[in-house]
Amino acid sequence: MSGFTGYIQLVYVLTAALFVVGLHLMNSPATARRGNQVALTGMVIAVIATFVLMIHEGTVTTTGWIVLIAGALIGSAVGLRAARTVKMTAMPQLVSAFNSVGGGAAALVAIYGYYEAESRAGGVLGTTTVFTVLDVLIGSVTFSGSIIAAGKLQGFMPSQPIIFKGGRLINVALAVIAVGTGAYLFSTASLPAMLILVLAALAFGVMMVLPIGGADMPVVISLLNAFTGTAVAMAGFVIGNWALIVAGALVGASGSILTKLMADAMNRSLANIIVGGFGTGDSVVAIGGPVDAQVRSIAADDAAIQLAYASKVIIVPGYGLAAAQAQHGVAELAKVLEHHGVEVSYAIHPVAGRMPGHMNVLLAEANVPYPQLKEMDEINPEFARTDVALVIGANDVTNPAARRPGNEISGMPILDVDQAKSIIVVKRSMGHGYAGIDNELYYNPKTSMYFADAKKAMAELTAAVKTLVG
Amino acid sequence: MSTALLTDLTIFILALLVGIEVIGKVPATLHTPLMSATNAIHGIVLVGALLIGVTAHTVVGYILAFVAAVFASANVVGGYVVTGRMLKMFRRKAPEPQPELESLNGHKGLKGLAGKIGIGREQP
Repeated sequence: MSGFTGYIQLVYVLTAALFVVGLHLMNSPATARRGNQVALTGMVIAVIATFVLMIHEGTVTTTGWIVLIAGALIGSAVGLRAARTVKMTAMPQLVSAFNSVGGGAAALVAIYGYYEAESRAGGVLGTTTVFTVLDVLIGSVTFSGSIIAAGKLQGFMPSQPIIFKGGRLINVALAVIAVGTGAYLFSTASLPAMLILVLAALAFGVMMVLPIGGADMPVVISLLNAFTGTAVAMAGFVIGNWALIVAGALVGASGSILTKLMADAMNRSLANIIVGGFGTGDSVVAIGGPVDAQVRSIAADDAAIQLAYASKVIIVPGYGLAAAQAQHGVAELAKVLEHHGVEVSYAIHPVAGRMPGHMNVLLAEANVPYPQLKEMDEINPEFARTDVALVIGANDVTNPAARRPGNEISGMPILDVDQAKSIIVVKRSMGHGYAGIDNELYYNPKTSMYFADAKKAMAELTAAVKTLVG
Repeated sequence: MSTALLTDLTIFILALLVGIEVIGKVPATLHTPLMSATNAIHGIVLVGALLIGVTAHTVVGYILAFVAAVFASANVVGGYVVTGRMLKMFRRKAPEPQPELESLNGHKGLKGLAGKIGIGREQP
């Protein structure tokens, strides 16, 4: 390492430190914005240092400069536009898209490194090959897998699990081809083999995400996020850059933690989710719910009376709320209730949205103050002293059947909605949730069903409460 | 095993442990902005994409450099902008329709307390 590149590497160390400090500041909503700015500062410093290094080396051709700057400008414009215009409900797709391009870029860095080394007299360096293969493998899987995930979330393709005969066999075959080619590359330098590795990894990424259903997306996105981080770290090994290694490790750690949190929140193993097919209906059995039990249906006025005369209300939002675009309506209702002196808070299940923390962002966008957004463990003890639990668009995460063994959702951590003194469920029909089973909460004598579209229901409820309290 | 590789591995493992420690403290409320922020951070691969340019001198090299630069810069710029956009929405208090003085905060707290103990319920 010559003196000059040593100094540049020092700058990269500073960048890595700023990334850590930035992420540390994300531990509270009050400091999180500063955290993002600190991390951005680290990024800007690293990019400037890289340009300085490139100018110092003096080997970048004119075409090289044009290609790089044009690429950077086009990419920035696309990224900026996407970031400015994206709806908060579409955030999972955007994060998926960024995972995709990040993983793709990491794979390209290694592919180029390999291509360049292979064309040189000395050939491919032995020790870098492990990281090159890992980078290409993980980066390519992330690239194609994230595109499929984004497509499912955006609705370009059906969000149901896509399963066909022999699918798993193809998966195994692709994995064997990819790992086999990777092993072959350790001993023999071969560009065609590298190409096969890329194609097999791309196909594997597609096949991996296809069988996974829409409501498992929080896990998939987290996992692909961890993959991207790992791919970037591997790219760091390939080009010997500490900023990439540290940043990749940080993202890998973050993605892994979120993956585990999400899988735990559904009480399912990662392997079970990846194998896929959950909620396709092939394993649906009636779980001996109270068949003869009646559900009680109420209208907006009755629901409004319950809400207006409560002293403590907990709102339980689910993805159905976001799907109906009702988050602003809920916030409006909550504001009216609070104005009337009712204590309102929100119970957020970890998998309430389509990615970790998604529901919190959707409610924050509707101007709900973040201290009102309560995590599951924090809010569960409070249901017992709650007058009304208002469930909107949430289903499986409120089903008391999860406490019993022997059904699809057994053992899944749920919100203890049934502990509340009374329960109002806003729902369009008696349809099943993702797990495809009856929700016993609906048959609870304390529960009233308010059958309506969430957005319309919120408008009606707000109006009714307003008339009641003047 | 070379010293460089050993150093790289040490850095990787330590960074992984730091990551687990730091990320574990992020509250669930911020998990989406966190993921988006880490998304922007892995955009550091832009450095790798730019460095392709140092040795690229063939058509294949230029194409790889171009695509990598597009991908990575979209990742960086988009990631930071959207994270900032999200974090701006997280407020401690709901925005009031009419402008309010700082000194009224205490009053609002009292009103909240009054609500909790049931005062004002009889208001028409």
